[in-house]
Amino acid sequence: MHKDQPLIFEISKPGRIGYSLPELDVPAVDIGEIVPADYIRMQEPELPEVSELDIMRHYTALSKRNHGVDSGFYPLGSCTMKYNPKINENVARLAGFVHIHPLQPEETVQGALELMYDLQEHLKEITGMDAVTLQPAAGAHGEWTGLMMIRAYHEANGDFQRTKVIVPDSAHGTNPASATVAGFDTVTVKSTEDGLVDLEDLKRVVGPDTAALMLTNPNTLGLFEENILEMANIVHEAGGKLYYDGANLNAVLSKARPGDMGFDVVHLNLHKTFTGPHGGGGPGSGPVGVKADLIPFLPKPVVEKGESGYYLDYDRPQSIGRVKPFYGNFGINVRAYTYIRSMGPDGLKAVTEYAVLNANYMMRRLAEYYDLPYDRHCKHEFVLSGKRQKKLGVRTLDIAKRLLDFGFHPPTVYFPLIVEECMMIEPTETESKETLDAFIDAMIQIAKEAEENPEIVQEAPHTTVVKRLDETTAARKPILRYQKQ
Amino acid sequence: MLHRYLPMTEEDKKEMLKVIGVDSIDDLFADIPESVRFRGELNIKKAKSEPELFKELAGLAAKNADAKKYVSFLGAGVYDHYIPAIVDHVISRSEFYTAYTPYQPEISQGELQAIFEFQTMICELTGMDVANSSMYDGGTALAEAMLLSAAHTKRKKILLSKAVHPEYRDVVKTYAKGQRLEVVEIPFAGGITDLEALKSEMAGDVACVIVQYPNFFGQIEPLKDIEPIVHAEKSMFVVASNPLALGVLTPPGQFDADIVVGDVQPFGIPMQFGGPHCGYFAVKAALMRKIPGRLVGQTTDEEGRRGFVLTLQAREQHIRRDKATSNICSNQALNALAASVAMTALGKKGVKEMATMNIQKAQYAKNELAKRGFAVPFTGPFFNEFVIRLSKQVGEVNKHLLTKGIIGGYDLGRDYPELANHMLIAVTELRTKEEIDTLVKELGDCHA
Repeated sequence: MHKDQPLIFEISKPGRIGYSLPELDVPAVDIGEIVPADYIRMQEPELPEVSELDIMRHYTALSKRNHGVDSGFYPLGSCTMKYNPKINENVARLAGFVHIHPLQPEETVQGALELMYDLQEHLKEITGMDAVTLQPAAGAHGEWTGLMMIRAYHEANGDFQRTKVIVPDSAHGTNPASATVAGFDTVTVKSTEDGLVDLEDLKRVVGPDTAALMLTNPNTLGLFEENILEMANIVHEAGGKLYYDGANLNAVLSKARPGDMGFDVVHLNLHKTFTGPHGGGGPGSGPVGVKADLIPFLPKPVVEKGESGYYLDYDRPQSIGRVKPFYGNFGINVRAYTYIRSMGPDGLKAVTEYAVLNANYMMRRLAEYYDLPYDRHCKHEFVLSGKRQKKLGVRTLDIAKRLLDFGFHPPTVYFPLIVEECMMIEPTETESKETLDAFIDAMIQIAKEAEENPEIVQEAPHTTVVKRLDETTAARKPILRYQKQ
Repeated sequence: MLHRYLPMTEEDKKEMLKVIGVDSIDDLFADIPESVRFRGELNIKKAKSEPELFKELAGLAAKNADAKKYVSFLGAGVYDHYIPAIVDHVISRSEFYTAYTPYQPEISQGELQAIFEFQTMICELTGMDVANSSMYDGGTALAEAMLLSAAHTKRKKILLSKAVHPEYRDVVKTYAKGQRLEVVEIPFAGGITDLEALKSEMAGDVACVIVQYPNFFGQIEPLKDIEPIVHAEKSMFVVASNPLALGVLTPPGQFDADIVVGDVQPFGIPMQFGGPHCGYFAVKAALMRKIPGRLVGQTTDEEGRRGFVLTLQAREQHIRRDKATSNICSNQALNALAASVAMTALGKKGVKEMATMNIQKAQYAKNELAKRGFAVPFTGPFFNEFVIRLSKQVGEVNKHLLTKGIIGGYDLGRDYPELANHMLIAVTELRTKEEIDTLVKELGDCHA
């Protein structure tokens, strides 16, 4: 095995340090006098021993082996990989935000509480809901929180028979997983050939056991569910609630609000729509908004504005309880708030307009070269099928890998599950026409290569620091940590 | 409109609309029925320019009393620790912070390798076999440990020590409701879990026993005595642990813990009003295929080069959907990276030195306060936190301390009525002898 890039443990050398602690200025008591022998660690943890420059070079080398939005185009569908503004990072690092303790007296954190309160107010208006909690840490956490509130609502009405959550077959995997963690069974509703929820099938699966329908709108195919009000009626008449997965909110800012579409509960992904950033996988932030009848069930505490300032309200007898220690991923909420205030109402409207313009432009230009399963205007993202290329022996996975050679992050692939050889492309509004054109050109070239020279696609990538990795062996004989030889 | 984040020009727009075959952008929204179309202007604050907005938000930040202006003795699960300067420089590399989950391993080797190193460091500190790539925080990690225990044992009863962080316990109880699990709280005696009470609740229907080490009061729970009680009924032994303390304390893995979780906030992550922090989750090898969240594994590429990939994904929501072991998707990757950098900078020697210094400084503070006549109700060994009894309400005392530039300790009466007027004091390596002496003097003045 070639080790092109050493692990930090492999450059460790006894006798080197990378820290600087103050001298001990209190009596140096022997730990053995304080801690019983059984509880004193005998074998030291094998942590690295390296200098500060060793550390910086190591992580700089690792960063060069990583692709972010700042490195290049990242059209990963449903993830909204837009530009992460730099002022957000500066604001989030202000001492008054970054070095405050969550359990300080309220009068010493009025600035933080004011920001949280005002962010809630902004999110209420943007989504058309009546109240918002910032406590959930990420989208999936928000889903579970929202479903727990729906359950508490039904149970408060003495309704204990609502054991089922309906999700479309095009839904994100977190939807059914969150339903399970919240104690529900999942029922799948089919999509029509047009890529929308099948109303007849919805009528068939809805009933007195329906707790909620979870929906993304636009859905994961990038299509707006035009029959949304009718769907809301079907679910509401059966006594269920309508849940909005906010992963695709970038498509409808200032154009259509979940609250006006009949949704009762909404979660947002602040790391997507509101430039979190994504952090290599997190931290995110997944606030949840609700209509008035669900307010009593919000997680506690709730940030409120009183006569003498902002405060945390713990006196909420019907609350589902805490979903997270403290008050959510505050640092991410600071970034999202900064972003919303940088955009204003006009800016947010333009965000959606350009996100949708960009997606439609790419879709039209690529439709000639790849199968377009749903030929209608898309919203902020669209799906293509690699069916035509598959017949030539080139899989969607190969196309994704070939895109790496052009310096692009590939789209989301093989999702949604209902489209064969699926590619889900979300350009976002922060990309220029030149960038979109360069990506389109690469996709066209790959389509031609699939016809003329399929090997070059099948064997891609050719330019990355590693080639395709053996995932089968990784799963069969897992090596999940470094072991000293 | 012109905006620095929106590059499209009027000319671009025209060309693109032509390619699409529509006259205006509005035509692209024709599929939204008029009945749900939002036609007004969002009633939110107008945009501000970059310098104006920065000034406004800096003003908001300045309204808060931060731990760099004030001297803080507040802990209770979140601590003011030394953060090596290098940490922020590494996590500010935008190749890391503007990436997402490493789905494409060929262009994500940096993130994947950093996570692999994080997993290794957590295994080393906890003495466990396998650690995942992170959870949201210590509280939700503990709740997931409960869910894993219940799923693995197919039992429904959870025994939860009352000496576990009150907010962690609240989160555990919320998650338990979802899965219809029964949570029974075990009281404490002398500041540690009451072992007699634990024994009386133990039975063959207990999925897991949850304790914290060091516990919420800073006391070192006797894991050696608890473990046989738990395993006698084949229940899972779940330990929430401050990873910094494990620089000097025997790791839970050596006491045969099944699941060890906690928050790596003490390593390189600022307090930031309670989040984002970063949970860790470590298990014995037997539970490897049931662990929640992302896992990174080592493998090779077609040409025999070492590389890293997300692995054992058949556990996860995007594959298994409603049968997944957890619903977690986004985690706390960037904070796991921050913790990795801090653990690397401190290294083998620094983690031990810093942990030792916490014990010694907290010990000094406790001794000085005892000398001033404060009762110290819990007498067992402790890490960097201890409890004292005041003659007045904690809130009142803290108001006085604040006028002296000190953020006082945690009011235990908030969660434990029997501990009204008791303060939980945290002393980290950042507190100087002089600051501790000032605290002792000011508390003494209040006490008189």
